[in-house]
Formats: sequence, C-alpha cells, structure tokens
Amino acid sequence: MDVLLLSRLQFAFTIMFHYLFPPLTIGLGMVLVYLGAMRLRTPEDPIFEQAARFWTRIFGLNFALGVVTGIVMEFEFGTNWAAYSRYVGDVFGSALAAEGIFAFFLESGFLAVLLFGWERVGVKTHFVATLMVAVGGLFSSIWIVIANSWQQTPAGFELREHVIHGQTFQRAEITDFWAMVFNPSTVDRLVHVWLGAFLLGAFFVMSISAWYLLKGRHEEFARRSFTGALLLATVSSLAQLASGHAQAIGVGERQPAKLAAMEGLFESKRGAGLSLFGWPDEEAKQLRYSVEIPGMLSLLLHGDPGAEVPGFDELEEDWGMPPVWLTFQAYHAMVGIGLLFLGSCLVSCLFLWRGTLYRKRWLLWYHVVAVVPAFAANELGWVTAEVGRQPWVVYPTIGAGGPEGGLRTSEALSEVVRAEQVLGSIVMFGLIYALLFVLWLLILNHKIQHGPEPVSLPEGGEEPGPGLLLAASERVAHSGTLTEAKQEKTAKQEKTVNGG
Amino acid sequence: MDLHVLWFIILGILLAGYAMLDGFDLGVGMLHLTARDDTERRVLLNAIGPIWDGNEVWLVTFGGAMFAAFPEAYATVFSGFYAAFMLVLFALIFRAVSIEFRSKRQGRRWRQAFDLGFFASSLLATALFGVAVGAAMAGVPLDDRGLYAGDFLDLISPYSVLVGVLAVALFAMHGAIYLLLKTEGDLRDRLYARAWTGFGFFLVAYLTVTIVTLVEIPRATANFERFPWVWLVVFANILAIANIPRNLYRHRPARAFASSCSAIAGFVVLFGIALFPNLVTSSIAPEQRSLTVYNAASSERTLGNMAIVAAIGAPLVLTYTGIVYWTFRGAVRLDPHSY
Repeated sequence: MDVLLLSRLQFAFTIMFHYLFPPLTIGLGMVLVYLGAMRLRTPEDPIFEQAARFWTRIFGLNFALGVVTGIVMEFEFGTNWAAYSRYVGDVFGSALAAEGIFAFFLESGFLAVLLFGWERVGVKTHFVATLMVAVGGLFSSIWIVIANSWQQTPAGFELREHVIHGQTFQRAEITDFWAMVFNPSTVDRLVHVWLGAFLLGAFFVMSISAWYLLKGRHEEFARRSFTGALLLATVSSLAQLASGHAQAIGVGERQPAKLAAMEGLFESKRGAGLSLFGWPDEEAKQLRYSVEIPGMLSLLLHGDPGAEVPGFDELEEDWGMPPVWLTFQAYHAMVGIGLLFLGSCLVSCLFLWRGTLYRKRWLLWYHVVAVVPAFAANELGWVTAEVGRQPWVVYPTIGAGGPEGGLRTSEALSEVVRAEQVLGSIVMFGLIYALLFVLWLLILNHKIQHGPEPVSLPEGGEEPGPGLLLAASERVAHSGTLTEAKQEKTAKQEKTVNGG
Repeated sequence: MDLHVLWFIILGILLAGYAMLDGFDLGVGMLHLTARDDTERRVLLNAIGPIWDGNEVWLVTFGGAMFAAFPEAYATVFSGFYAAFMLVLFALIFRAVSIEFRSKRQGRRWRQAFDLGFFASSLLATALFGVAVGAAMAGVPLDDRGLYAGDFLDLISPYSVLVGVLAVALFAMHGAIYLLLKTEGDLRDRLYARAWTGFGFFLVAYLTVTIVTLVEIPRATANFERFPWVWLVVFANILAIANIPRNLYRHRPARAFASSCSAIAGFVVLFGIALFPNLVTSSIAPEQRSLTVYNAASSERTLGNMAIVAAIGAPLVLTYTGIVYWTFRGAVRLDPHSY
C-alpha cells in the first residue's frame, strides 16, 4: 500500500474517532447551560441540581476523550501532511493557533471549575463556569470550521513564492484575514455543524432518559431531561432542514464536482431530478436503480425546474472526480437520518402535547437506539464534505476561465515519511482507540447504571444550596484519610465558631 | 521589534509555560507509584486533577503557534521525527486515559493497571521531551531543502539521552516540590525526602549536562558574545537552583516551588539563546541548511495578525489560569467529584 492511501486511511480513522466526542460535548454543553440556568432560577427545586451533576459527569468523560483524540489531529497535519502544512501554514496554522489561544484555555480552565468545583464555588460561579465551557466548545468549533471551510472555498489569500535556501516554491499567504475567516462557506457550514451537534447532544440525553423511563428508574429526573432535550432536538432538526438546503446551494455554486458526486450526476442534465436512493456505478459512469423526483434538484438549486445542473462529463477534466459511490451514499444516509429525526421529533412532540408520550414504550425504545444514527449522521456529513472534496485537499476557486489554484491531496503528503511508518502508527492508533472505545462504553454504562445521585431534600429553614453542599462535605469526612482528617477538624471548628 | 524575533520569543514563553506547569504534572506522574495506598495515590492524582488538562493546552498552543508562525519548521520537525511524535502521542493519550479512568472503578487490578500506566506514560513523555531538546541542541541532519534527512535513531545520541535524564530528574523534583504545597502530614514528610532525592539526581545531571554542553556543543554558547545580558540569565538560573535546597531545608515549599519554576524558565531561555536564530539546526552545513526564524516563517502579515491575536489572548489566558489555580488552592480535599 502506498503512503497516500495509508495516510488518508489514518486521517479518516483518527478524525472519525475524534469526531464522536466534540459534537456530543457541544450539544451536552447546551443542556448543561440550560440546567445550570434553571438551577439558578429555582434553587428550591433539587431536581435541576441532580440533573446538572449527573450530566456533567457524563460530559466530563466525553470531553476528556475529545481532548486526547484532538491532540492527535493537531500533530497529524505536521507528521503526515507536511507539504500541506507548508502550503497552508499561513492560513490553517493561524486558525489552529487562534483555537488554542481563544478556545482551549477557556474550556480547560473553566472545565476544572465545572467538574471539580461543586463544593468549592458558589452556584453562580459554577453557572459562569458552565457557560464558559459551553462557549469555549463553540469557539473551538468556529476556528476548526473556518480552517476546514477555507480548504473547501478558499478566500482572502494569494499564491506567493517562498524562498528557502535558494529554492522557491508556492504557498498560500493571507492577504485579507477577515475574508479568510468569513470565506463563502464558513457561516453555512458552521450553522450546520452546530445544529448537528445540538441534535446529537439532545438524542444522547433522550436515549439515556428514555431507558430510565422504560426501566421505571429516576423517573422525575428522566422526564425532565427528556422533555428539554426533545424540544432542543425538534427545533434543531427543523432548522437543520433549512441549513442543509442553504449549504447544498453553496456547494453547487462553488464545488460543482462535489455536488455532482453527492447526487450521482455523471451526465449534465436540464431539469435534473433529485434521487431518493440509488447505486452509482463509477466504472460504467451511471447511476443505477435510482428513484428520483423529476426536476427537483434543478428546482432546489436554481429555483427553476428546467435549469441545467452540470455532471462529470463536463466537470471531470477540470475538477477531477471524487469517489462517487461513497459521497453519494454518505450524503443520502445523512439526509435520510435527518428526515427520520424530523419526523420522529414531531411525532414525539405531538404525544408530549397530548400527555401520552411517556406511555408509548415503542417510541421510548426508538429513542434509546436513535442516538446511534445521531452519531452516524454527524460522521456521514463530514464524510460527504471531505470525500466529496477529493482529489483536492485545498479546493480550486472558480476563476474567469475555469478552476484556479488548489492543492491536490496527492501533493500534500510528507516528503520524508515512509509507508511502514504510517502503517505502524495506524496499528498503534487502532489498538489505543479500540481500548479507549471499550473503556468509554464500560464507564458510560457504569455511570448510566449508577444513575444520578439520590436527591437529599433540604432540611427545614436552611437554604437548599448550602444544605446540599454541607451534606456532600459530611459524606467526605467519613472516609477518614489524612487530608480529610484535617478538613473534618476545620469543619468542626467552623461549626463551633458558627454555633458560638 | 522584528516580528520574527517576537514570535521566537512567544514560542519560548509558551514552551516555558508548558515546562513549568505540565512539568510538575509529569513529575507527579513519575512519583505516583511511591505513594503507599489508594488514598495517597488519589491525593497525588487530585493534586493535579483540575489543572493537568489546562497545563497540556500550553503544549497544544505551542504546536499551533509553531504551525502558524513557522510552518516550515513545524512541517520538517513533525514529519521528520515521525516515530518520536507517535511515541509522544502514545504517552500523552495513555496518560490522559490513566488519569481519567483510574478511579472510575473500584477493582484493585483496574487501579493498579492505570497506576502503572500513569507512571510509565509520564516517564516516557518526559524522557522524550528531554531527548528532543538534546537533539535540537546537538542539531539534526537536514537536506538542502530543509527536510529531515535521518531516521529515529539519529535523534538518539549519548548527549540527547543525557538531556532526557536531566529532564526526568528535573520534573520529578519539580513535581515533588509542587506536591509539598498540596499535601499534609505524614505524606508531606515523605515527599520532602522525595524532593531531596530528586534534587540530588537533578544536581548531578545538571552539572554533567552543563559540562558536556560546554565541551561538545560550541554553538550553545556562541550567542553569549552577541547578547551579553545572557550572563545575567545564567547567574539568575544558578541562584534559582541554589535556592531550592535552601528553601527545602527551611520548609518553605512555596519559595522552593517558585525557585524551581524560575530554574525551568531559565533553562528555556538558555535553550532559546543557544538555538537563535535557528529553529532547527542542521548538523550538516549548519550555516546553509538550518531552518531559521526568517526562512521558516509565514508571511509578515500573518505574523502581525497573530501577534494581535496573542496580545488579545494573553491576558485572557492568564486570567483563566489564575482563576483555576486560585479556586483549587491549598491542600487536596477528596470529595465525591474527585478522580
């Protein structure tokens, strides 16, 4: 196997494993902010604190995995794609550095307060920490999506010669920072990624809550978690419909070959139809077994059912052809899951409104398993975006006489890395990630089985917040270790002081 | 100031921040197995529990800043030292996993496995960082395009291994001193002994590395004539190192910790001076083939833009770091949310 294929496999594997976690934590972050806000608003209601504590534990586990698998990504640009790094350092490096400075420090700092600060800081400070972690996650995604969108629709740069040791070569240099940041696809893609993340977070919460409801455990907690998440999911899936549409138009305009792959268009067509499913045959260059809505694609893209949509017969020479089958199926599966979610959310909302939702066991079972397609939809969206971008790593821009610039994936590799090195690292990541995946499921299952901590209702007269904190610190004192011994003593002293 | 030099300094600050902060995290990892029982191990783990993740962000940001400011150096180093970076990744992932999962279950085997993982990965990461610094000091083979022209074993020389040993001793001592601030009673008494042992090993390694560097690597001190103020750094560094045993003896761990932080920062400055203006020094024809802050940099405009980003970011980063360290100040208290 050659270095190119191996490096692509390695990147696909490590990024897809990584991408299980960030959208989940972004989505869960929204849930935590909501719970924290409700806890501030209704301090007398212990359920919100119980829910916030439980979902924070789950959040922390996922966040940790997102962080460790994310470091790998930053390293891989340099290790496996050195030529690419030299070419885009100006642009891509800037976005990564900005992510570190603006997002990672914010997230990691306040994450500590969020996870470990329950007994150390007040309710308000804790809420601020929750908010900051959620905002940090969003910041992080902003910079990553900017960097990736620039690869899809480059803007605000110029190709210039760089001289090193008397040898010249070309690279992209920023001429307009804000044009690079707000390149034509950034906003559309960011919205799409965020909505995907909110959907995943919501379906994750619904999955666990539905399971508790089916088992008759922690019912009050589960009902409230489920209801909140269902509303988030419904709003997000409705918005995702509009966002997906806006994005497809952008892709059609600026990345015509990607759109042709998504729709399996081997031949240019006037009044192109929208295929519901099909089987692109790349060798015969035709779409088999397709069922399509006539004229729909032209209508969606151009607002005119008779408009022409270019296919690979026109595009392949200038733009190249990505793996059509994979792009087509990934795209269709993602859209299918999106529509399924939209339908199921609306049905669930209807039952919720009628007050019968929590008696519909089949629907609850559906929600228990629906988290799997929610993960899949997020991954498939990226597969569509990244596989559809091939054979380019930086997509060419549309110039006066056709495509201009761009960097081919085959030209982006590290010059000095050998196949056996890449293979070795794939084996290493394979083993570690398999271990991580098993540990993740094991601990997740452990936490779900354990469930939220039982609610201790406040004793008469005392404020509910401090009452719980006091109870928690009492629990600590029982383990009787050296550091805690002192704490127990101080606590006693404080009590006497307070009592006196 | 020249933007290229400014970015060299910013990278130095990030590296120093990483070495001072994650240095004690790694040190705590290396001391982890010396704790007597499960509670003690949890105390050590939770001494870095809320902060280790943030400390590692300094490394991630160092990588991102190097990518943005000196893409040629980033590309050459990361692709050239492929196997070394994979080992670093392996160590960092395993370390994070051990910290995260160790106390999630009760079983003895489970905890022992992750205790071992935490120790071994901390040791491996520290040693690799030290070897990397040693290799950078000694220079690595580059071709005339500025690409790495060697393999993994070219990074390992007696000198780079020696610097690896120095890093291990330095961080173990640094970690022990940090733990003095986070523990109490009997455990702290024993950690004093660890800190002394660590200091002993560090002192031997430090003197050896200094002598070998002066003898073997003339480039290391070549810049001293150009920048006479470096002598002040050398002097301050020696004072900081001498201050460590003084404060350990007087049981003033906060001052000992400040001293060992200063010593680490001093090492990073001396390392930077030894390299400047090179980012990667070529061992073959160093004058012609090295990657410098000038030929490896991104465009002037990006260096300028990113300097603004750094200027906006720096006060924010210091604020977050301050808030976290303040929130979790004082000796470790285990609570239901601890590791």
